[in-house]
Amino acid sequence: MPKTKQQTSGSGKLITLLIVAAFMALTIILENTMSPSSLLFTVIKKGAVYSLVAVSMNLLNGFTGLFSLGQAGFMLLGAYTYAIFMIPSDVRDSVYYLFNGSSVHFSFQEMFGAIFGTAGFGGAVSLVLGVLVAIICAGIVAAIFAYLIGLPVLRLKSDYLAIATLGFAEIIRAIFQWDKLGPVTNGANMLKNFPTFADFNIKNASGQIVLRLSAFVPVFLSAVCIFIIVLLINSSYGRAFKAIRDDEIAAEAMGVNLAHHKRLSFCISSFFAGVGGALFAMFTTMVQAKVFTSTMTYEILLIVVIGGIGSVSGSCIASLLYIAASEWWLRFLDNETYINGTRVPLLRSGFRMVVFSVIIMIVVLFFRQGIMGSRELPELLRRRPKKQPAVEEVRTHE
Amino acid sequence: MREPILKISDLKVNYGGIEAVKGISFDVPEGEIVTLIGSNGAGKSSTLRTIAGLVKPVSGSVALQGEDITGKDPDAIVARGVTLVPEGRRIFPDMTVLENLKIGAYLRKDDLTDDLDWVFSLFPRLKERSWQAGGTLSGGEQQMLAVGRALMSRPRLLMMDEPSLGLAPLVVRDIFSIIQEINKQGVTILLIEQNANMALKIADIGYVLETGRLILSGTGAELLVNEDIKKAYLGA
Repeated sequence: MPKTKQQTSGSGKLITLLIVAAFMALTIILENTMSPSSLLFTVIKKGAVYSLVAVSMNLLNGFTGLFSLGQAGFMLLGAYTYAIFMIPSDVRDSVYYLFNGSSVHFSFQEMFGAIFGTAGFGGAVSLVLGVLVAIICAGIVAAIFAYLIGLPVLRLKSDYLAIATLGFAEIIRAIFQWDKLGPVTNGANMLKNFPTFADFNIKNASGQIVLRLSAFVPVFLSAVCIFIIVLLINSSYGRAFKAIRDDEIAAEAMGVNLAHHKRLSFCISSFFAGVGGALFAMFTTMVQAKVFTSTMTYEILLIVVIGGIGSVSGSCIASLLYIAASEWWLRFLDNETYINGTRVPLLRSGFRMVVFSVIIMIVVLFFRQGIMGSRELPELLRRRPKKQPAVEEVRTHE
Repeated sequence: MREPILKISDLKVNYGGIEAVKGISFDVPEGEIVTLIGSNGAGKSSTLRTIAGLVKPVSGSVALQGEDITGKDPDAIVARGVTLVPEGRRIFPDMTVLENLKIGAYLRKDDLTDDLDWVFSLFPRLKERSWQAGGTLSGGEQQMLAVGRALMSRPRLLMMDEPSLGLAPLVVRDIFSIIQEINKQGVTILLIEQNANMALKIADIGYVLETGRLILSGTGAELLVNEDIKKAYLGA
């Protein structure tokens, strides 16, 4: 019966929401009880940022069937937009010292600071609002570029689209390192001193940290963005995207405007990649164009594939596992280790990546569809509906 | 005579570099079942795809109740009440039956309950399977889903490209009786078929295409008894 099934699927959703909420609560508790320098928090922060970027890539590659490799380029746009609008004006000269100061003379945080004050609660409000506005701007800039690039590029199919978007990401990276743009982008040098996740730790009057939120903030922001993407996927637009992925001609025959919906999906995906780029900038505390290479796109693509193409929860789980494995669990493989004075063979710098690659190969071999396939967490959590008896009878009909 | 719902004039279509349709003209009167028959490569599919806007014609015109819709985008044509059930069903295999049906109504923003009920009353089996993935249906059920999906756009003219393709004779008979039922409920049908016998039996008007040209027309009953047609298409 359709109705009962909907209800069980509703309970699956509820459990998923509870898991996410529990994860956030656990993040706050652990960060305030454990040593804040633990690698666990690096994993949580980076994992949250990568989840968002992976889900945004999944929206395009997994749900709309557009194979794009421009993610790092859009992240770069987002990261730079965030940094340029958030560096406080009093440190701009020291950041842009090679170009005699920046051509941008304000920051969003200071704009809101002028309204709400810079100290105490008002300072917190202006920090939060400034960061939010800058993040949204980061997304919008990425989306505008996506729109312009999409006009010619989205006419291409599969591999050709991948090559074109990859080319775009490389070009953008080169342009942002160009000296002539120095007063805005600081050339090939890094942008720094903008607010990061650590600024969200709540301090008391004497400057001591009362409540650490630096790991909670990226988790929360990513969760909100991913929630918006999930709403989109479940809307009629999401259905149209999936229709395009499954069968372009049938979708077109049903009245889905291909060009319009591909552009829409591309822009929304890039918007969230831009937001992800801004969060990535906050995570790394600096922005430099040379970080956003195609390797980064491939990392994200790997996460999407391991998690399952067409599964949002798969992307999230995979990015946490991927980051945990690469940044934390396999660290020891890079260190030369001595047991009873004898050196353990193979353990040296770089061996981690060898083991990691083998693990990925094994995962891909045994989970052909990725960890989740195209399923979502709520589907796994709800009880399986009983098989309906009518199936066999119809099969004999043919 | 009333104005036909669809009027094709001197339509020429190139497909894959060759001239697939070489200037054909025909009418589809409102409320009737019209069939185009002909062998492989006669230009039947190209004609339907052109009407649906999936292919742009070289010359000629397509008029829907007097309005020229030649070369309009597919979504504009669907919005005007002309929907194509594509050849080979082309349902969305990873989506549930219900999602497939909702895609059919994509351009409509109003309430779908009545139309879902209508489609489910025509195809009760789809209701039983509404939460199943489209790809898990049998061939006949997939064809029903393809027809149901097209009906969700509430078409005035429903075009079907080879609905009997690859189906067992018993299932084909079901499909054709449902086509008649849909027609009775006021939807004009333009049907192309290789199974000429079946198509002509239910058609009010038949047109015969050969290598891109219209060579014969008549009522379904007339064509069924025509000696040339019998030899060429009915295998008698």
